[in-house]
Amino acid sequence: MTKTLFDKVWDSHVIEKINDGPDVLFIDRHFIHEVTSPVAFVGLKNRNLKVLYPERTFATADHNTPTINQHLPIKDRLSAIQVKTLEKNCNEHNIDFWGLGHKKNGIVHVIGPENGITQPGLTIVCGDSHTSTHGAFGAIAFGIGTSEVEMVFACQSIMQQKPMKMRINVNGKLNDYVTPKDVAIFIISKLSSSGATGYFVEYSGDVFEEMSMEGRMTVCNLSIEMGARGGMIAPDKKTFEYIKGREYAPKDEEWDKAVSYWSSLKTDKDAIFDKEYNFKGEEIEPMITYGTNPGMAIPISKSIPSSKKSDSKLSYQKALDYMGFNEGDKMIGKKIDYVFLGSCTNGRIEDFRTFASIIKGKRKANNVDAWLVPGSHKVLKSIKDEGILETLTESGFKLREPGCSACLAMNDDKIPKGKYAVSTTNRNFEGRQGPGARTLLASPLVAAATAITGQITDPREII
Amino acid sequence: MAYDKFKILNSSAVPLNIDNVDTDQIIPARFLKATERIGFGDNLFRDWRYKSDGSPVESFPLNNKKYTGKILVAGKNFGCGSSREHAVWAIYDKGFRVVVSSFFADIFKNNCLNIGVLPIQVTESFLLEIFSRIEKDPDSVFEVNLENQEFIIAESGKKEKFKISVYKKSNMSNGFDDIDYLLNKKKEISKFANKSRY
Ligand code: SF4
Repeated sequence: MTKTLFDKVWDSHVIEKINDGPDVLFIDRHFIHEVTSPVAFVGLKNRNLKVLYPERTFATADHNTPTINQHLPIKDRLSAIQVKTLEKNCNEHNIDFWGLGHKKNGIVHVIGPENGITQPGLTIVCGDSHTSTHGAFGAIAFGIGTSEVEMVFACQSIMQQKPMKMRINVNGKLNDYVTPKDVAIFIISKLSSSGATGYFVEYSGDVFEEMSMEGRMTVCNLSIEMGARGGMIAPDKKTFEYIKGREYAPKDEEWDKAVSYWSSLKTDKDAIFDKEYNFKGEEIEPMITYGTNPGMAIPISKSIPSSKKSDSKLSYQKALDYMGFNEGDKMIGKKIDYVFLGSCTNGRIEDFRTFASIIKGKRKANNVDAWLVPGSHKVLKSIKDEGILETLTESGFKLREPGCSACLAMNDDKIPKGKYAVSTTNRNFEGRQGPGARTLLASPLVAAATAITGQITDPREII
Repeated sequence: MAYDKFKILNSSAVPLNIDNVDTDQIIPARFLKATERIGFGDNLFRDWRYKSDGSPVESFPLNNKKYTGKILVAGKNFGCGSSREHAVWAIYDKGFRVVVSSFFADIFKNNCLNIGVLPIQVTESFLLEIFSRIEKDPDSVFEVNLENQEFIIAESGKKEKFKISVYKKSNMSNGFDDIDYLLNKKKEISKFANKSRY
């Protein structure tokens, strides 16, 4: 029988198929952080259980940690307790913990790949919906709830209905200044924020083949924003090169065996998907969101459309009211108060290189507060090593320490009420970046151009 | 965590006629700092229920005394966004046992089933009927019958079947969770753990 890439990985992890019920799925790797794990550990304790395979679990502190003065004790009492609790739980259960200050610390979906833990053909879960990021390597990776975190602790498996399969093909070539972020936002704007609910997506075609590993991560990261459980891309030479030599990557003989297995992880020629979409790379422009879900996005040069039939008029109007926008408004030229570069979507070294390429030799606009937050300590180190920090400083920008930061604003990095932020993150929900904050999602290029002019700016126009 | 068995529920309902309600609205991130599962109900829909000075938004349905009951009826694509189970804990903690919508986000639905909140997906037209029934009479009673997989508008007797897998249904009606099941599979699991994939 012909199989898709998704089938191959999924089926090889099914421990049992329950009739008219979920599959029991073996989980290879488990990432945890301070926010969604504590209650799962309490559950274990109540059942008098230990973590079954602690060596398969990796822990970091990222969601509510400060991004300045990380060497000092965490000021926020509740955040401090949460991080301490994680550390204590990890010690008790023999789990590797990469806390604040640890050189491998960073956002959970950034550190997995950069340490070689994320590999093709694996099943990877984490109590965080953007676990879909790891699909860039041809792994099945998805977010789970805390009950399921407890299941993975106790049994290294979870129970899941096999999702339906969708393929999204983007062929042709991307235009200049169109980044992987734009490709993803473009797709979401076409499918809507619920268009892939119930599906697992495979991305294929020239555009993804051409894309760097970091770009693929950005795309897979955003799969969840159209409702998909996850997204994946078939592993290829680029994937293998990226993994090779990283700390947790297979070595020597194991490496050769791994590569030959990984090379088999491709969708068979006649395999069938439940749904398929085709787009052309040429039709994609730099994108920006104008509403309160990531599907409410348009090419940056366009005006805010009138509500579509499929939206309820009320919800659409509610979103525009929240943003302080009107139907027909042009996006370009709108005044912006904050620019945020970071998160598991766009907080990797390539994103910082991209940002720096635009701002080099220019000055940050006075009306803009810019928060630049690397995704991990390794990213931070590269920023320094590559001289990017100097470029940033010369242009009037400051760099913060790694973490999720204003992506979900659990720490002090909150965009104030009513203020506008162009953000390289993944969610523009009401209040996501702070109560009352107004978020516009865009690429690092748009963020950089906007930071220079203080208003929404098309990166093609600032070069 | 085990929860109460679910068989039949007769209750009035609270309407929330908004589409695409995401988990950041259900429970904003700044309330996720607990290390135990207690008290989340107080912050359910926090930023819609309260003004920034802490006073309640009178018009918000959850603050309106005429709406009561253990059923939350919501617009389509309910629960999109983050995987935070805290969203369902908050709903449960506020006293809801059933959430009705014409469309649910995946992870949210799973999380519901895992902690004993029943997500019921109905057609859009039936959802509209439910909303208009509540609007006419906020005390309208609805029956949720898990055994027959039916959601019934008591007054008119109109009903719709809903889907749930045999496995999850039996979990719900017995108050079991998945860990109870998985713990019996340790042997098979260890075989998987020891096998090389290449
Ligand atoms: S950066 Fe944002 S989306 Fe990514 S893991 Fe952190 S909070 Fe979640």
